[in-house]
Amino acid sequence: MIGILEERKLQVFENGKDSYGIECGKSSAAGSVSQRACVFCGSRVVLYPIADALHLIHGPIGCAAYTWDIRGSMSSGPELHRMSFSTDLQEREVVYGGEKKLYAALTELIAEYRPKAAFVYSTCIVGLIGDDVESVCRRVERETGIRVLPVHSEGFKGTKKDGYKAACDAVFKLMGTDDETPVSPFSINILGEFNLAGETWIIKDYYRRMGIEVVSCITGDGRVDEIARAHRAKLNVVQCSGSMTSLAKTMKDEYGIPFIRVSYFGIEDMTKALYDVAARFDDELITRNTIDLVSDEVGRLLPRLEKYRANLIGKKAAIYVGGSFKSFSLVKALRHLGMETVVVGSQTGSAEDYEYLKEITKEGTIICDDTNPLELSSFILNKGADLLIGGVKERPIAYKMGIAFCDHNHERKEALAGYEGMINFAREVHDSVTSPVWKFSPARIRARISPDQGGAI
Amino acid sequence: MKGKEFVSTRNPCKLCAPLGASIAFRGIEGCIPLVHGSQGCSTYIRRYGISHFREPIDIASSNFTESSAIFGGGENLKNAIANVSKQYEPKAIGIASTCLSETMGENIPMYLSQYEASRKGESGGPAIFYASTPSYSGTHMDGFHQAVFAAVKAFAGKPDENGENVQAACDDQPPADARKKINILSGFVSTEDLREIRDIVESFGADCILVPDYSESLDGSSWETYQKLPEGGTKIADIRNMNRAAGTISFDVSAREDRRAGLWLEKEFGVPCAPLYLPVGIEQTDKFFDELSRISGNPVPEKWTKTRGRLIDAYIDGHKYCSGKRAIVYGEEDFVLALSAFLDEIGITPVVAATGAKNPQFAHCLAAASPNSREAPVVADDSDFETVLSIAQDMKADLIIGNSKGYHLARNLKLPLVRAGFPVHDRMGGQRILHLGYRGTLSLFDSVCNALMQAKQESAESGWTYI
Repeated sequence: MIGILEERKLQVFENGKDSYGIECGKSSAAGSVSQRACVFCGSRVVLYPIADALHLIHGPIGCAAYTWDIRGSMSSGPELHRMSFSTDLQEREVVYGGEKKLYAALTELIAEYRPKAAFVYSTCIVGLIGDDVESVCRRVERETGIRVLPVHSEGFKGTKKDGYKAACDAVFKLMGTDDETPVSPFSINILGEFNLAGETWIIKDYYRRMGIEVVSCITGDGRVDEIARAHRAKLNVVQCSGSMTSLAKTMKDEYGIPFIRVSYFGIEDMTKALYDVAARFDDELITRNTIDLVSDEVGRLLPRLEKYRANLIGKKAAIYVGGSFKSFSLVKALRHLGMETVVVGSQTGSAEDYEYLKEITKEGTIICDDTNPLELSSFILNKGADLLIGGVKERPIAYKMGIAFCDHNHERKEALAGYEGMINFAREVHDSVTSPVWKFSPARIRARISPDQGGAI
Repeated sequence: MKGKEFVSTRNPCKLCAPLGASIAFRGIEGCIPLVHGSQGCSTYIRRYGISHFREPIDIASSNFTESSAIFGGGENLKNAIANVSKQYEPKAIGIASTCLSETMGENIPMYLSQYEASRKGESGGPAIFYASTPSYSGTHMDGFHQAVFAAVKAFAGKPDENGENVQAACDDQPPADARKKINILSGFVSTEDLREIRDIVESFGADCILVPDYSESLDGSSWETYQKLPEGGTKIADIRNMNRAAGTISFDVSAREDRRAGLWLEKEFGVPCAPLYLPVGIEQTDKFFDELSRISGNPVPEKWTKTRGRLIDAYIDGHKYCSGKRAIVYGEEDFVLALSAFLDEIGITPVVAATGAKNPQFAHCLAAASPNSREAPVVADDSDFETVLSIAQDMKADLIIGNSKGYHLARNLKLPLVRAGFPVHDRMGGQRILHLGYRGTLSLFDSVCNALMQAKQESAESGWTYI
C-alpha cells in the first residue's frame, strides 16, 4: 500500500477494521494532488445550465477557458450558457483595478446578447485586488434593467462547497419577482438537477405523468423567468444535496417551502423520489398515477437489466465522485447489477454521509474523503476492483490499472438518471467491464498471475 | 471587415500560463509540476490536459486558503514541497506561479532558499526550480517558454546569478566525455511530433537534447503497476549539457526574446542558435534538414529524400483539390505560422490567421511565411473565437484548421474542421497527431485534401465513388 500522508490518515477508513469517525470538510493538504477544484468551480457548476443568462467570469483567462462548454447540460432553447465570457484581466487592470473593464464588458455583452440576467463570477485575483464588483453590478442593473448578480466565488475562499453556497445566494436573488403566472397547487421545484445529457427532461416527464407541475428546475435547462416564480411552488425536491441544500433552507425560511432530499439514480432511489413527492401531496389521483408509473417503468426495466446483470455478477466496483449523496445511489444501483462496492469516496462528503456509507457497504470496503491518484490507484489494486466510477480526472487512473470506467460526472454525455438512465448505466458499465481489451492490460495480467501482489505499488 | 471590437473575451483562443508551464515540466524526467496558488488552478489544468493526452497528469498545488492569501503562501509552498517529495519521490519539482501568487508578490526564490536551509544536512531530495507565470501577462505559450527557459537556466546555467532560480543539488551530472549534441527546443507540439523530431535528428548521426520531451510521459504505454511519475522526459543530465552543445535549433520564432532559452544559451555560452519555423511543409522542413546537415556535418539520409519525394508526389496528385481554396487557421502563434506556410505552398490561401496571444511579432512573421498567397490574410492576434467568427463570415472559406475549440466556429460556418494542435479533446488520438517533418506534412496534406473532398462529395447531388 502507498503511504498515506500523515494529515490525511483519518480521511481514509476501512469498514470493519477501523473505528474512528472519518475526517472531512477540511481543506486539501498542500502537495497532495487532490482531485478537488475550487470555490469558483463550485459556483460555475451550479449556475452553468441557466441557459438564458449571461455568465461573465471576471479575472484572467484561465478560469473561463477551462470551464468553456465543459458540462453536459443541455438546453431546450437558448444556449448562451455554452459561451465562455471573460474580462480576461491584463497586467494593467491588476495594477489599477478591473472595475472599468468589468463595466465595459458587461454593458457590451448585455447589449449584444440580450440575456435575461447576468452572473458575474469573481475569481481569485478579483478578491485580492478588491474590485467593487457589487457596485458595478448594481450600476449595470440600473442601466440595463436586467438583474446582474455578483457571485462571490474567489477560488481560495474555501472549498467547492463554498462555491455552491455563493451560487445559491445568487440564484435566490432571482426569485420572488413573478407573482402573476399561475402555478398549480401540485407543484414543485427541482433543485440540484443539471440536465446532463437531457436528464431533466426524463425526470420532468415522470412528474408530468404523476400530475405534478415543475415550476422550475434549478438549474437544469434553467430559465431566469422560471426561477422568478419558483418561490410559489409547494415543495422543493433536492436532488444534489451537496450543492442545493443551502438554497432549499433559505427558501424554507423565506417562503415557507418545505423540502425533501431525493436521488434520481438507481431503481430504489428513483422510485423513492417519486413516492416521497406523491406522499407530500396526499392526492388520490397523484398517488394512483405514481403507482402506475413506477410499476410500468420498473416492469419494463427489470427484464432489460437481466442480460447485463448476468455478465456482471460478482464484479467489484470503486466509486469516487464529487458529492457523496450520489455515491449512496451508486452503491445501491451497482447491487442491482450484481456488483459489490469495494472502494467509495467523494470530494466533499459530510460526517453523516460517511457514516451512512459505512452502513450500506460491506466489511473491507475502503471509504475515503478527498483522495488523490496515488491513494486511489492503490485502493483499486488492493481491493481488486473491476470498475471505477468517477469523472474525467479519474478515467486515466482506471485505464492505466486495466479496469473499466463509467463517467458519472458533469462532463458525461449519457443520461444516467431515472429508469431509462438505469438502463444506460447498466449498458455503459457492462460494455466497459466486459470489453475484451482488458486481457491485454499489463496490470490485469500481473494481477491474474499474482493476485496478492496486485496491490503493491 | 473585422467585427466590432469587444472589451471582453468571448470564447478564448488561448489558455493560461501555468498550463503551458505544467506541460513543459512534465517533459523533464522525474519532474512534477507544482502550481503555487489555489487548488482549482492545478485541478483545472490537470482536467484539461487529461482530456487531450488521455494520461494521468498529476500536478501538485500549494492549495491557498483565505489566510494564505492574506498572510502569504510560504508555509503552503514548503508543505507542498515536503508532501509531494514524500509521496512522489520526484527528481525535480517545477514550480509555476499563478495570477494569485504573483499579484500577492509572493517571493518564491526566498521561500525556496528558506526551504533548502531548513533541510541543511539532509541529503538527496528533488532539484527545485521555478518559472514566473502570471496568467494576466501572456498565454499558455508564454508559460511554456518560461518553464523551458527556467529549466535550462536552473540546470545548464551559471548558478543563481540573478536570484531567479535556485540551482538545487542534483545527482544527475553530465558525463565529462559527452559527444557534442544538438539542442532542440521543440515548442508546444504533439507527442508524435516529439518522437519524429528525435528520429530525424538521430538519423543524422547526431545526439538530440530535446526540451521538453513529454513524448513518453504524456503518451505512454499501459502500465503494470501505477507509476507515480511516468517514464520519459528530458534527462536533467542532458539539460546540464546543453551549454556545450554543437548548436541549438529552436522552433519559437514568435516568442518574446527574453523567453527564448536558445538565444540565452548562445549569449551566455556561445552555443549557436538557429530559430526556425516549425517544420511543416516542404520549404520549412527543408530548412530544418539543412540546419541539421550543417550542424551534424552529415548529409540528409536517403530515407528522408525518399519521404520528401513521396510528399512532392502527393502534393501533385492532390493539388487540384487544394488550389485556390481558402482556409481559416488559429491557435498558438508558432503553430499558425507553420500551418500558414504549409497551406501557402499547396495553393490554399490562409484567409484568416488568428491567435489569442497579443504578439507584435505575429503579423510580421506571417507575411514572411506566406509569399504565394493570392491575397493577404486577415491577421488577428489577441483574438477570440467570436472575433474569428465575425471576421470569417464573409471570407468564403472552404475549411478550418485548428484545435477542438474551433468546433463551434465550424458548426456555425458549416465548414469542415481539420483538427490539429492543442487541445484535441473531441477525437481519439489528438495527442499523437503528427504535424512535423515530411511525414507530418504528408499526413496533414491527406487530412486537408480529404476534408475538402468529403465536403464536396457530401454536397454533390448523387455523390461519387471514384476520384
